[in-house]
Amino acid sequence: MAQYTFEINGQEQKVEVAEGTSLLWVIREHLGLTGTKYGCGKALCGSCTIHLNGQATRACITPVSRAEGAKITTIEGLSEDGKHPLQLAWVEAQVPQCGYCQSGQIMQAAALLAQNKRPNREQILSYMNGVLCRCGTYMRIVKAIEKVAKEG
Amino acid sequence: MKTSQKSTQFPLSRRKFLYTAGGLTFLASTAMIVPSFLEEDEDEEGSERRGEARQISVWVHLGEDGQITIYNPASEMGQGSMTAVPVILAEEMDADWSQVRIEHAPIEPEIYGAGWDGSPGGTMITVGSRTVRSYYNYMRQSGAQARYVLLSNVARKWKVPLEELETEPSMVIHAKSKRKISYGEIARFAKSPDTLPEIPASQLKDPSQFRLIGKVMPRFDIPAKVDGSAPYSMDIQVPNMVFGLISRSPVHGAKPTLQNEPEIRQMPGVLEVVSLDHGIGIIAETLEGALEVKSQLKISWSKGAKAETFNTSEAYKEYETIAQDPTFQANMLSDTGDVKKALQIEGKTYEADYKNEAIYHAQMEPLNAVVSIADDGQSAEIWVGTQAPGRARSTVAKILGIGVDKVRFNPQYLGGGFGRRSTPDFIAETVHLAKAVSRPVKLIWTREDDLQYGMYRPMSLQRMRAQVDTQGNIQSWHHVVVGTGGGLLGSGAKTDFYAFPNQRVEVRNIDHGIRTKHWRAVGHGPNKFAIEAFLDEIAQDQKVDPVDMRLRLMKDYPRAQKVLRMVAEMANWGAPVPEGKAWGVSFAERSGSLGACICEISLDRESGKISIHRIWASLDAGLIVQPDNVKAQMEGGFIMGMSSIFHERISMKNGQVEQSNFHDYPILRIADIPESIEIELIPSAEHPTGVGESSIPLIGGAVANAFARLTGKRLRHLPFTPEKVLETLKG
Repeated sequence: MAQYTFEINGQEQKVEVAEGTSLLWVIREHLGLTGTKYGCGKALCGSCTIHLNGQATRACITPVSRAEGAKITTIEGLSEDGKHPLQLAWVEAQVPQCGYCQSGQIMQAAALLAQNKRPNREQILSYMNGVLCRCGTYMRIVKAIEKVAKEG
Repeated sequence: MKTSQKSTQFPLSRRKFLYTAGGLTFLASTAMIVPSFLEEDEDEEGSERRGEARQISVWVHLGEDGQITIYNPASEMGQGSMTAVPVILAEEMDADWSQVRIEHAPIEPEIYGAGWDGSPGGTMITVGSRTVRSYYNYMRQSGAQARYVLLSNVARKWKVPLEELETEPSMVIHAKSKRKISYGEIARFAKSPDTLPEIPASQLKDPSQFRLIGKVMPRFDIPAKVDGSAPYSMDIQVPNMVFGLISRSPVHGAKPTLQNEPEIRQMPGVLEVVSLDHGIGIIAETLEGALEVKSQLKISWSKGAKAETFNTSEAYKEYETIAQDPTFQANMLSDTGDVKKALQIEGKTYEADYKNEAIYHAQMEPLNAVVSIADDGQSAEIWVGTQAPGRARSTVAKILGIGVDKVRFNPQYLGGGFGRRSTPDFIAETVHLAKAVSRPVKLIWTREDDLQYGMYRPMSLQRMRAQVDTQGNIQSWHHVVVGTGGGLLGSGAKTDFYAFPNQRVEVRNIDHGIRTKHWRAVGHGPNKFAIEAFLDEIAQDQKVDPVDMRLRLMKDYPRAQKVLRMVAEMANWGAPVPEGKAWGVSFAERSGSLGACICEISLDRESGKISIHRIWASLDAGLIVQPDNVKAQMEGGFIMGMSSIFHERISMKNGQVEQSNFHDYPILRIADIPESIEIELIPSAEHPTGVGESSIPLIGGAVANAFARLTGKRLRHLPFTPEKVLETLKG
């Protein structure tokens, strides 16, 4: 067991877990922030996407040691009240179906807009390509991101 | 009434729900009289009833603040029926939708189930795009009954005849005396009866009066799905909970022997090791601990399971033999006229084999459940996302030897179902593990577990043969489906909307001991692909326009013709197609709905990659309850369908699945979506039919037909991977 300290959604957090534990299990099972999802465990699907020091990161393959001293944002911390422009656009476009991948989709999209306020369609498709959706909501994901990008 | 669990915040004083065919109290003669249930005692309006939501019927609770809580009887797995079904009830109740909230109905199939024919009661199971179709009449009736209860209470309070009362959304109005009262105010004194009369159809709303049905209503579940708060069973945490994992047979039917149990039990955090028929389960304090333990299991598997001899690489050879074996016991789905005799009709015989590989559900949330068993073993609680909660509940009860009323059931959102979550195998496993440790257990399937111990859409061979006379009429149609998937193979093989004078459709199944299951649209995916592509082959060879050919075959089905004409109009079929691109058309029925689509594709001849640029689709699904959601379902179905026809394949070697995760079982990514998917819904007053699976059967045929127009070559084997495309181009 080892102790790790990081900031998550603006709060300092200490955890004591086995070394090598994936950051995903720390976030979900130890801290109870279950909005971040497990989908594949191998960084193949993107459902577990969080921001680690502002970078879109797959929590499932990130050992907790990499979070030491870092700033983490999860879907629960993206906005205070669920009113991040992307979240509003997601509701307006009625994007989610089963919804399971959507935290990862939104976190990935938020990282894109943080570095490029007005991405074009090609840039959106390229940046979002690592996050899978089985229900097939991709058309509306693009629509929602384009709306936010257009409004700046 | 049957007993209930308290999976709701409301005290459930269950009321009898009169709804048997023989025992109806028809309202026609009595509707205008204040019913006797209100005459019994004086107003019991009092402080203890204040502030408490009032139960209006088994479906509806009403708060004094006007908040209306409606039960949703269906599993919500992304298809949106959690919203669509309450919309139907709210419509007839004349509820103000902004005051409606939705809760999962208690798992009581006697009340909250519905038969395929729409009769109330029966099973609670969300499959086959049946929910809106099955619940439509039931929910209109239940909404009208809730409204009747409110009207009756106001009639009595105001001492006015019931027929003088009208409603506006969440408001009862008495025009004569210019009085009105909100539903919330009625909640303060409302009483509801033990039995409710059936409201005659003549007293239901005329569809022209609908305020909610057919309008675009936002889905109730979506806000919680954008901020991470929507609960899936994967997210459930209960006090004292531990984690279970199972290492399952690599070959279905093989039995495990754990070789290193003492070492496993010594590992940190291990609580229990459980031998199951099909695997070794382990339970540990933490998930990361359980994963570590699982990786250390040394298991030997028994030999001789039937599936061991199954190799997908050899399957088609066997299927071909079976297809031509005259002695094989076939399951005849349709046999009209005389297909053999019709082969002698002067003209041309067409023959082709179509193939499809087994595919996997790949729902984004791997299977999981949480089960807690009471210390005395006499009751249990379960948290799970399942398509079949009734069956899930009885599975738990049966294993524990307790009554279903002792199982407290907490339905959760499903992170995708697509047919996989209607089997309770993963629920039974969780109960077995929880029994072993006397602590609540969360069983998680890893993605690898979920994929490798999956239940797949069966692989099959479609042998098609048609006889076309010298006038170009298809005189006979013979479709033989051969595969490994039992009853799953035949769905969609019949062509009910094409008039073939002689038609035979048969299924020849060969069991190989492997696990198969319904996969969104079931056999309609592969079968409609074969039918629509084969039809197109004939049209192309006969130099007939494929839309015209279908319209002629549909001559007895104007609804089908309308759907096809609509899509042809949308795409401007017949107009020149941009250079380097081609269009293909297809038509299919699924779950009572009729759909058609046209796809525009292009091809990278170097890599063999096909791109879809545009999709136009039309659908007749009867009366549409939630138009935007229907479009979302169709869009999603096209994307999932594209995934299945371009990428997906499960292969097995000696019964063992060769893929393990999304690196070797890729599904469609966002970069490969079309530029547009345009959908038109045919206005209709007919009973609603299923939409959730409607586009899956369309996509394979449309793409294969476009490809043939572009290249002159026929793609007859799903999936159309770049390798197969290049091979086809060479061939």
